[in-house]
Amino acid sequence: MRTTFIRTAVLPAALLALLATGCSQPAAAPSSPAASESAASTEPVTLTVATFNEFGYEDLFKEYTKLHPNVTITPKKAATSNEARENYFNKLAAGSGLSDIEAIEVDWLPDVMQTADKLTDLSGDDVANRWLDWKAAAATTPDGKLVGFGTDIGPEAVCYRSDLFKKAGLPTDRDEVAALLQGDWNKYFEVGKQFVAKSNGVAWFDSADAIMQGQINQLPNAFSSTEPEETLIPLDQNQPVKDMYTSILNVSTNDKLSAGLSQWSTDWVNAFQKSKFATMLCPGWMLGIIEGNAKGIEGWDIANVFPGGGGNWGGSYLTVPAQGKNTAAARELAAWLTAPEQQIKAFKAKGTFPSQKEALTSQDLLSVTNKFFNDAPTGQILADRANAVTVNPFKGPNYFAVRQVISDAINRVDVTKKQSADESWTQAVKEFEALG
Amino acid sequence: MTWRQRLSRWDVRSAPYLYISPFFLLFALVGLFPLLYTGWVALHKWSLIVGNQGFIGFGNFAYVLDQPRFWDGVVNTFSIFLLSSVPQVIAAIAIAAVLDANLRAKTFWRMGVLVPYVVAPVAVSLVFGQLFADQSGVINSLLGTSGVDPIGWHADRFASHVAIATMVNFRWTGYNALIFLAAMQAIPRDIIEAAVVDGANRWRTFIGVTVPLLRPTIIFVVITSTIGGLQIFDEPRMFDTFGLGGPDREWMTVTMYLYELGWAGQRNLGRSAAVAWLLFLIIVIFALLNFWITRRIASTDTRSKRKRVAR
Repeated sequence: MRTTFIRTAVLPAALLALLATGCSQPAAAPSSPAASESAASTEPVTLTVATFNEFGYEDLFKEYTKLHPNVTITPKKAATSNEARENYFNKLAAGSGLSDIEAIEVDWLPDVMQTADKLTDLSGDDVANRWLDWKAAAATTPDGKLVGFGTDIGPEAVCYRSDLFKKAGLPTDRDEVAALLQGDWNKYFEVGKQFVAKSNGVAWFDSADAIMQGQINQLPNAFSSTEPEETLIPLDQNQPVKDMYTSILNVSTNDKLSAGLSQWSTDWVNAFQKSKFATMLCPGWMLGIIEGNAKGIEGWDIANVFPGGGGNWGGSYLTVPAQGKNTAAARELAAWLTAPEQQIKAFKAKGTFPSQKEALTSQDLLSVTNKFFNDAPTGQILADRANAVTVNPFKGPNYFAVRQVISDAINRVDVTKKQSADESWTQAVKEFEALG
Repeated sequence: MTWRQRLSRWDVRSAPYLYISPFFLLFALVGLFPLLYTGWVALHKWSLIVGNQGFIGFGNFAYVLDQPRFWDGVVNTFSIFLLSSVPQVIAAIAIAAVLDANLRAKTFWRMGVLVPYVVAPVAVSLVFGQLFADQSGVINSLLGTSGVDPIGWHADRFASHVAIATMVNFRWTGYNALIFLAAMQAIPRDIIEAAVVDGANRWRTFIGVTVPLLRPTIIFVVITSTIGGLQIFDEPRMFDTFGLGGPDREWMTVTMYLYELGWAGQRNLGRSAAVAWLLFLIIVIFALLNFWITRRIASTDTRSKRKRVAR
């Protein structure tokens, strides 16, 4: 459910044309440095690359087969990440049928890490230090195996409605807003209270659970400790999470900061047109979604700030299953695709925000602005937000089950308003115990 | 007996079995084997990701039966099933009766009722999503203009069942109406004419002659919609974007619980398989109940036939 939406928006394009082009390359390829690097392996090889939604690799495949005339690339694209996920785990367990390179979403990582022995270890000097530390760390097993090459990330900033800010007497300039919101979550809530006092019924944020998502992604060990090995923290003893839950629901209901919408619901989508809330936590991929939902609404802007430091939501990796026949050639292709230069091209093609350190300093990226967000320098802002992320949240096999319990608990209070915060927490503790 | 004769006798005897065998072979492969294998999985601790983790007997069944969520799912399933099947059968018979009358452009109307059935369920859920949205939905704004409080279609348990049943009815009523229409047209016209000659008005003819003669078809429709209704998955799953049945599982059906255990959060195929078997047992019990009712109706059917002959 995280990054699914942005990418499903575009239907799978006709990729068949690409299949044909790769095969018919003349043997006399330009002898670029990249081609001579792999001069050792010139035997013809066919690599299948499975992705989903939009990775922006179409042109890159063409480029690669030009550099490596012996390589034929067969792209496979699933329409949704859910479809890709089922396929991935079924065939990984079966031991055959996967593509040479398989793309995965960060949400699958807890499961992927459990099956690390079925994947090729991708670590090597050529890719050392390529990614933001937390991006690579999330895909590294305790014994140092790198299971996936990072592709894109979702660094989070705060999106806001400058027109609504103006009406409530708050600053509208994005630098002033960033200065205003600089600080921890309490600061964000305090400004929200000022806003709601004068906003005439407009809420401060869209959904209490979205705020929870932002805060949980800042905890290194939200639901389980990793010392010395993974142990789930019983929910009734998980004080940090309980505190977040209480404070978020307190400001959501008592101070009316929340619009009480469940993200992705019809009401949430329609609320953009009806201007029901003034701010949103927005990872890079959310910008396109806001633009789509708020078509015709003027005033959206983005501030270079995130409560409590930095935060990341979503992103993907490329893995090389060990069951493939050409794992060495596949690793080479995956390494090339996830190199900073290529990832910037993908960013330009489909807006997937790169996770490579070097890409974050590239002028191509930093000069990107977004017209819908009042010509904000989104490239620069998101690069800053990516560098602000310091925590690598640990997500074990039970992470998403527990996260769902918390999410349900919040929505029972914030969205359906059928329970009080205390009742809902008691039920959540019971549901947590039933997971065992 | 010559060899040739023996061969032809063998042919006559075995041919029917051979002709029917593809179905049973296929059934063994895609019906019976998965059924038994699911039973095998249900007796093990079995993770979607890492596979079999050892035999645990009936532990999964004990777990599932102990979960309030499972029983919520059973109640929701039956509630949605009753809210959809009962109005659906009644409406389908009524629509069929209207279509059976002498209309202009018959084929147009008959094809028209089938249109909802060909619309993709995803498209249906998009349209109904706009209708049944809690804050911005069409229905709630209509209710608002007439001074009625908005209904929490995604917040109130019963309201969500009504909304989902509406989606199911939208899709299946026309389909069932066509089945009833076919059955109505198979009723010999002279029986109806006889009733009319006897002085029965149209309503009396419909209730006293048409509906009783539709009994076998009604039974067929009830059985198919029971099986479909107890396995209902698409509509409730697409009722919101998360597909789990709401924050308090207000509209979670048994099949959705099965999916949640096996593929969402826990990824526990063992527990999921246990739910599948429990659902199977529920359906078997229902099928037996149906069989019993069918036999009763069938016997009243023959009695009424005898009466007719006597008359």
